[in-house]
Amino acid sequence: MKPRADSFSLPSRLLHWLMAPLLLAMLLIGVGMISTVSHWRLWLIGIHKPLGLALLVLVVLRLLLRLLGHSPKLPSSMPAWQRHVATLSHWLLYGAMFAMPLLGWGMLSAAGYPLPGIGAFHLPSIAPQNVTLYAWLRYAHGVCGQAFFALIVFHIAAGLLHALVLKDGVFKSISLRAKSGHR
Amino acid sequence: MTSPPERPKSVPDRLSQMLHKAFALPIETPLFRPLLVITTVGLALVCAYAYAAGWFSPTRLTPKQIIATFNQDFGTHPGFRRNHAKGVCVVGYFDGNGSASGLSNALVFGASRTPVIGRFAIPGGNPEITDASSPVRSMALQFQQPNGEQWRTGMNNVPLFAVKTPRAFYEQLEAARPDPATGKPDPARMKAFFDAHPETAGAREWGKTHLPSSSWANGTYYSINAFQLVAANGDKQFVRWAMVPELAYTPIDPIIPKAADFLSHDLEQQLQQGPLRWHLILTLAKAGDVTNDATQSWPADRTTVDAGTLTLNQTVSQDDGPCRDVNFDPLILPHGIRPSSDPLLAGRSSAYSRSFNVRTREEAEGAVTQTNNAQLIAKKGNP
Repeated sequence: MKPRADSFSLPSRLLHWLMAPLLLAMLLIGVGMISTVSHWRLWLIGIHKPLGLALLVLVVLRLLLRLLGHSPKLPSSMPAWQRHVATLSHWLLYGAMFAMPLLGWGMLSAAGYPLPGIGAFHLPSIAPQNVTLYAWLRYAHGVCGQAFFALIVFHIAAGLLHALVLKDGVFKSISLRAKSGHR
Repeated sequence: MTSPPERPKSVPDRLSQMLHKAFALPIETPLFRPLLVITTVGLALVCAYAYAAGWFSPTRLTPKQIIATFNQDFGTHPGFRRNHAKGVCVVGYFDGNGSASGLSNALVFGASRTPVIGRFAIPGGNPEITDASSPVRSMALQFQQPNGEQWRTGMNNVPLFAVKTPRAFYEQLEAARPDPATGKPDPARMKAFFDAHPETAGAREWGKTHLPSSSWANGTYYSINAFQLVAANGDKQFVRWAMVPELAYTPIDPIIPKAADFLSHDLEQQLQQGPLRWHLILTLAKAGDVTNDATQSWPADRTTVDAGTLTLNQTVSQDDGPCRDVNFDPLILPHGIRPSSDPLLAGRSSAYSRSFNVRTREEAEGAVTQTNNAQLIAKKGNP
């Protein structure tokens, strides 16, 4: 259980900590905006769509960094099943980070809603206009969001366990603190 | 002397033992405080989610509740809109004349043609009621701008709305729920509601004095809410709009009995003789005019601008017409048109979205197939 100096690259770590609060905010905004009849709805939807698009761009960048860059191995002090669970949960998180904005974009396309844009540029439609398809994409967007939130809670709890109890370098590998050093 | 019986281990003790074992930790590693921190953080996140979803605020009105109330008042009609369930699709275009392009930079106001998908309807959640059941007529439009932006608007032939807030609208729906014994709303409940909501006076007065139009084609349709136009130079102007028909208003003849679908038959006949036209009239607010209350009208002397002509040339059944899959959300606006702070707007938008999600889901699940088939057969048998 020696603290390891091994960690993700600085760009990867910066992206992790930039996206973490934004993803949490997105999920809370999403559930909030569909359950209010107040003027908040306008404000929340106004954030939800462009922020979702921004997060899609960020996760593409993040996956590239992850695949091309160095990823520290999980310590052998962790039982094999925990390492499997950790690896699986990380790829599920990536899956959710891609699925959520794509489902959102797809469902807006399928419903024929105007797509968000910047200035004269508007997002192209990525799905045929079809309300049956919309219904399923809308459903998947909601269910996937709930699963994503549960996954994030689990991920944070596991991260804290590594940081506060196990102190096995796993948390340190993603932390923004200096790369090497001992407690 | 006997030693005290061995106490069974407490739950935390056993949990701690289990955790030490699972994570192969030395027994002296402290667990209590870290686990408290982890549990607190986890609970805080779940609470944040629950708060956002409104689980802590059962009195907060939700779009789900509004739509559920429509179901209670009108029954569930799978695949149909929860309100304004009965209607027809129309197709046409809007020719902007450029008069309003100084007020708003929305493309629709330029001197150009914009394709339009529309829908005429009557209020209520029952798609099978007779057209004569209500004096209220509605026109909903979707303008498709060439730059990908859309303007959607849902209008009524009533210049004033009955209530000011989504909450009051919900209470009105509750009060109007048909009494199972009579099949009609309980007059005492309605009276109690109106007494509690004096802002309904304007719309009620209209209901008492207004003779319903004989046709969808000769009605004027109002924007209900105020909106804000934004010009290219950033100037802002609050407006209300109305679609004013070229046909003269003709009241319904109360003597002649009306067929159940007389409005759609009439519209079809009118369109067979030629296209129908309306003028988009913008009414400009003056400083001090109320822009967040749909129950109050503006003084009659306000400046108006004729922004262009709507031409409708075709009607299509709503069962498979182009308007069927359109949610006429009044907050889908192009650049150059912005919502006012009228609280009804967010309420309408959220309820329409919920209705759209519910009915498309029903359609996807095939719940609608049988009902629709049955209705098609019924319609063919009764022309």
